[in-house]
Amino acid sequence: MMNFLRQTYIWLDERLQLRDLVDFLGKKYVPVHRHSVWYYFGGVSLFLFLVQVVTGILLLLYYKGSEELAFESIQFIMSRVQFGWLIRSIHSWAANLFILAALIHMFSVFFEKAYRKPRELTWVTGMLMLFVGFGFGFSGYLLPWNELAFFATKVGTDIAGVVPVIGKPLLEFLRGGPEVTGATLSRFFGFHVAVFPGIFTILLGIHLLLVQRQGMSEPLGLEKNPSLEQKRMPFFPNFLLRDLLLWLMVLNLLAILAVFFPWELGQKADPFAPAPAGIKPEWYFMFMFQTLKLLPAHVLFVDGEVLGISLFGLAGILWLLVPFWDRRSARGEQNRFVNYLGLFATLYIILFTILGYLS
Amino acid sequence: MPETNPSGGKREFLKVLLGGSFFAWLASVLYPVLAYMKPPPQAGVEVSSVNAGLVSDLPPDSGRIIKFGTKPVILIKTASGDLKAFDATCTHLDCTVQYRADMGVIWCACHNGKYDLTGRNIDGPPPRPLAPYRVTLQGDEILVSKTT
Repeated sequence: MMNFLRQTYIWLDERLQLRDLVDFLGKKYVPVHRHSVWYYFGGVSLFLFLVQVVTGILLLLYYKGSEELAFESIQFIMSRVQFGWLIRSIHSWAANLFILAALIHMFSVFFEKAYRKPRELTWVTGMLMLFVGFGFGFSGYLLPWNELAFFATKVGTDIAGVVPVIGKPLLEFLRGGPEVTGATLSRFFGFHVAVFPGIFTILLGIHLLLVQRQGMSEPLGLEKNPSLEQKRMPFFPNFLLRDLLLWLMVLNLLAILAVFFPWELGQKADPFAPAPAGIKPEWYFMFMFQTLKLLPAHVLFVDGEVLGISLFGLAGILWLLVPFWDRRSARGEQNRFVNYLGLFATLYIILFTILGYLS
Repeated sequence: MPETNPSGGKREFLKVLLGGSFFAWLASVLYPVLAYMKPPPQAGVEVSSVNAGLVSDLPPDSGRIIKFGTKPVILIKTASGDLKAFDATCTHLDCTVQYRADMGVIWCACHNGKYDLTGRNIDGPPPRPLAPYRVTLQGDEILVSKTT
């Protein structure tokens, strides 16, 4: 067996010069310091994305993306297909943990100012992946065609319709017509299994390439103080093995969650039923949902919803572009304003999410 | 050897021509794709009135959603027995409203919006009132129709 593996390696090495790659991995180091723990969340997000790809393909074997059959096909998966309940539950749980891991990764990069020069593009591709991740969540939420998802989609797409100038065409593009119907389900299914995975894979490729090319970012203080002994560990095998161990732990966590807290299916959507009490979006949209709930109908001469959505849009753009306006961090100086802004955003999101669940 | 490269004005002219052709080509590819993504208007039947069942089937101080073509309309019988109908789509963010007998209002579960029994937005985020529909009786049968 070993002989066969060795011969395969030699065969490939003669053609692809694998030795260069092994040399590269051998020279790759990961800085070790008291904030090193945050380095692992990018890897965890990647792992959860891979879980989604695998479980998503498995669900595709039985799922039917139409108004008449979507709900029933998930019922079929959960009750008739062997381990169907497990695959569907893992897909739902991993989706949520992916967003959580990606958010932790994003906020840690933000507070460490790891987006500063020369890693602006790594930040931008990461943020775009997070946005696509929200798109995955929003489109996937509708696919079971249940009551909660139906109204969450009505609200979410109506929000898109509020965008100035392009709002109405955008709303019709998303819904496949003026209302949320089976046409919306077909489109969301297409976005979820073809468009978003394609875009995400391209962004992920660029993101990982940049990380490999530029190495891990180090906190500002460490970089500025060369007298401090800088500890580091080899990426291969030390860091990679730690990564794999954590992935195994996350997989166990997923299995526990999926088995003990199986994801519910709810009631089938009925376009002619009133919105049920307790309607809510996915938890990561809750702070925006709650804000829209609390805003009055009119603020001065603007509709409350238009104001809220415009402010969130503006905040999102500012957040995406932080490496380009935070000049102090780019020069290697501390920027307290960015810290306070990040702290404000984090507290706002946590507070309004809690309020959303309490009310 | 004579100069074979076009010079000055000729070169510029060719650049514009080629650049222009490129954009024209791009537009000819993108236009059908964008037009394809825009959903065609559905040839829905224009509904001007619907039969909403019997008065005796609707208890006082209750409401229900009826199908008005493709749109939901809320039909309410007040405690005093008056019949009222409104567009059931919340003017805030498109959810479908319901009648809450305990509060005596039309209520939207999505963002806690409230309307009184004339359709006026009285609390929460809805920016506009609900559009009213006309309710007429033919014997015991309720007919709901557009007001215009």
